Amino acid sequence: MTRARTPAVAGWFTDAPGGFRLLGTRCSACSAVFFPPEGAFCRNPDCAGGGELLEVPLSGRGRVWSYTDGRYRPPAPYVSDPSVPWEPYTLVAVELAAEAMVVLGQAAPGVGVADLAVGMEVELVPGVLHEDADTTWTTWHWRPVTS
Amino acid sequence: MSGDVAVLGAGMHPWGKWGRSFVEYGTAAARAALADAGVGWRDVDAVVGADTVRGGYPGYVAGATFARALGWQGARVSSVYAACASGAQAIATARAQILAGLADVVLVVGADAAPKGFFAPAGGDRPDDPDWLRFRLLGATNPAYFALYARRRMAVYGDTPEDFALVKVKNAAAGALNPHARYRTPVTPDEVAASPVVADPLRLLDICATSDGGAALVLSSMAYARVHGVGEPVRVRAVSTVTPTYPRAVLDLPDIATDSAAGAAPAPPFREAIATAAYEEAGIGPGDLSLAEVYDLSTALELEWYEDLGLCGRGEAAKLLREGATALGGRVPVNASGGLASFGEAVPAQAIAQVCELTWQLRGTAGPRQVPGARAGITANQGLFGHGSAVVAVR
Ligand SMILES: [Zn+2]
Repeated sequence: MTRARTPAVAGWFTDAPGGFRLLGTRCSACSAVFFPPEGAFCRNPDCAGGGELLEVPLSGRGRVWSYTDGRYRPPAPYVSDPSVPWEPYTLVAVELAAEAMVVLGQAAPGVGVADLAVGMEVELVPGVLHEDADTTWTTWHWRPVTS
Repeated sequence: MSGDVAVLGAGMHPWGKWGRSFVEYGTAAARAALADAGVGWRDVDAVVGADTVRGGYPGYVAGATFARALGWQGARVSSVYAACASGAQAIATARAQILAGLADVVLVVGADAAPKGFFAPAGGDRPDDPDWLRFRLLGATNPAYFALYARRRMAVYGDTPEDFALVKVKNAAAGALNPHARYRTPVTPDEVAASPVVADPLRLLDICATSDGGAALVLSSMAYARVHGVGEPVRVRAVSTVTPTYPRAVLDLPDIATDSAAGAAPAPPFREAIATAAYEEAGIGPGDLSLAEVYDLSTALELEWYEDLGLCGRGEAAKLLREGATALGGRVPVNASGGLASFGEAVPAQAIAQVCELTWQLRGTAGPRQVPGARAGITANQGLFGHGSAVVAVR
């Protein structure tokens, strides 16, 4: 059976040609960039206003600001099967230079805290958050740059 | 000083897991504070409650709940919600009413019966809520954020897990002397190191538990205190309840990303801004402090506060800790009460409990954990969703 691949959250990332990228919005009046995408209003208090919030892909690479893991099963709404032994996931906070912004994400499967260091270069890759009967819920992952 | 309000009474219900309703804890704390103040309940002009969620009822309740439990007597009432800063905002509301001349005597109460384990957002599908999103998409618990800060400190300043453990050891030693604390046994560095990792590099004993508890204050105008026969009361001199300044450049609970700082003037880090606002309003600086009570949600976060409060420079917190400056008997004891490490979190109560501790310390009645000659203290805490607060009290 083939499950439909559906983003776990709509409009936050794209797998369009050019690569897998997080999607922010950029205010046309003041150039401020927001992630998660801000659709309703510019949050820059010094913005003159009147701008449009336009979709913009974020940098696909950045440097590790910090990282950790989750040794205990998190509560709902995180989806995990309580009948399966808990496998810790790794969280990485990544600093994007161009946007001067830190974005949190899970690390790609198999990447543990021992594989990471603050300042290390990582790249954005597509990932799977979880699967149910009909759907593969997709997300973004960070992975150390190997080349 | 015209901006001062008097702390006439302070009271707590002991913290722990008692399995009773938050109303019982808050009412017990309120009665203790009224007795401590020597003020009758019918003489209270206003009640301010720090909110909690009543189980099974989708609403935040507090002020009127406590007023009903104490016996309806017609007082002005308000309830405030600001996550972990709820208690400080309740104090701010009480103070504003007193300074505006709307009330002479105000009772401030916060209490909670906390769930076991990780705090989690309310149920349902709520993708508009950043708190819901961080759990749904990342499984990012509160300890995960504390661990990100801890790991960052290790990389940038060279802090070690042993430094973090020393915070727990210090706070447990103080908490062992506090009859209101939930945990009253000293802890050794080995015990911290032997506890399981929750979120690398933080271990179970680096992270504060959830608890039941209650705390209350009776605040009044300076004129009322004088008439009441209290000439030199402990005074609340400043209450900071600031929001962050854009661009918020440090990843903070419960956000998935920071603001973009590209092309924007740098803003002071939020926690530092909380303290700065309090110092400015109080007209004092870090050098004037006898003690501080800070939110040690994790051991590493307590170190962060040393720097945010200006007790030392950036990156120097572990050194200050190792020198013993922040322990009982040190230059500026931090968390003389034992802190959240010894109390655990009872969200609406804890910012009020911090001011209870300042009150007892400034009166000189803190018993074996007394900071000798305490004249000025600050509390600092931070609530989810952009609530910051600090209270300065002086004698
Ligand atoms: Zn704008």
